[in-house]
Amino acid sequence: MALDLPENVVLTKLDQLANWVRANSLWPMPFATACCGIELMATGASKHDIARFGAEVMRFSPRQCDLMIVAGRVVMKMLPVLQRIWLQMPEPKWCISMGACASSGGVFDTYAVVQGVDRFIPVDLYVPGCPPRPEQLLQSIIDLQNMVIKKTGTLLGKEFSQRTAPDGPRPNTLLPADVTVAPGDYTKTQRLSLN
Amino acid sequence: MLMAFDTLTASLRERFGSDSFTTSEFRANRRVHVKPDRLVAFLKYFKDEAGFDMLAELTAVDYLRYPGAQNRFGVIYVLLNTASGERIYVKTSLNEAELTLPSAFPLWKSADWLEREVYDMYGIVFEGHPDLRRILLPEAFTSFPLRKDYPLRGKGERHNFPVITRAES
Repeated sequence: MALDLPENVVLTKLDQLANWVRANSLWPMPFATACCGIELMATGASKHDIARFGAEVMRFSPRQCDLMIVAGRVVMKMLPVLQRIWLQMPEPKWCISMGACASSGGVFDTYAVVQGVDRFIPVDLYVPGCPPRPEQLLQSIIDLQNMVIKKTGTLLGKEFSQRTAPDGPRPNTLLPADVTVAPGDYTKTQRLSLN
Repeated sequence: MLMAFDTLTASLRERFGSDSFTTSEFRANRRVHVKPDRLVAFLKYFKDEAGFDMLAELTAVDYLRYPGAQNRFGVIYVLLNTASGERIYVKTSLNEAELTLPSAFPLWKSADWLEREVYDMYGIVFEGHPDLRRILLPEAFTSFPLRKDYPLRGKGERHNFPVITRAES
């Protein structure tokens, strides 16, 4: 006997329901350190209006966020802060690396600037540009929504346990003259393993 | 009323002797070069008797591989007379193994962070500074990155962090 469903009832799997809900209410953590942060603000403002994609609830507490948008260059003094905020965000969580600096260090190939945050935290999406247009950031939100719905996302987040290695490109091999690092004494000790 | 540079150098010559300093001038940029051991005496004179009541800037230069340079480091004190608006540049030279200078903090409180920055970037130690530690770079950093023998891309400090993967976070 066919079940007679009322009009406003949908049958689905619980995982898919969770993904659908998550994808359409991403709460971003704006980790804005440079000019990309200005474009991020423009994306949130009325002209581009990130609220059309359900991601307008910028929270400044990582405990309430599930999408980190790293907007701008990250220096080595800021990276421990970034990692700490990332660890404070509850699962499920995603990360967008916005702009050339966050993705690769950009033009700041200097001693203090981290050459891509994906070397130290997992990144799901990269947005090119210096800085990217708000449209590009909106497209990345749409792409991330598709990723959340199709590629990742179970109710209990069990897909994350299979990802044990960082996704990003491996750092370039350093010249022997540059290889002298460990916390504390950078001049005498060996470089730590990159893995 | 601006004090003419000639008048100032004449009074310096009278006070300290003509061989204790040299001067140079380029447009409005008036410099007095002194030896490190006479530095505090000169600074004190400029502050207490010549009216230069503000230390506007304190910085250093690494002259490694600079054409014609005699000394490794130059330390520059930019003094400002807030009444007349005139400036004077007091320069001193330092070489490796003896990279210490007396602190200007007892004279001008603005020397506090400026000396910390010079220490952070060049490793020049200011004796008598109340709290001489790094101001911009992390505490664990051991190099002095504005020295010319430090590689532009660093010695790998920027990549010396633990990697957080999905499973860990």
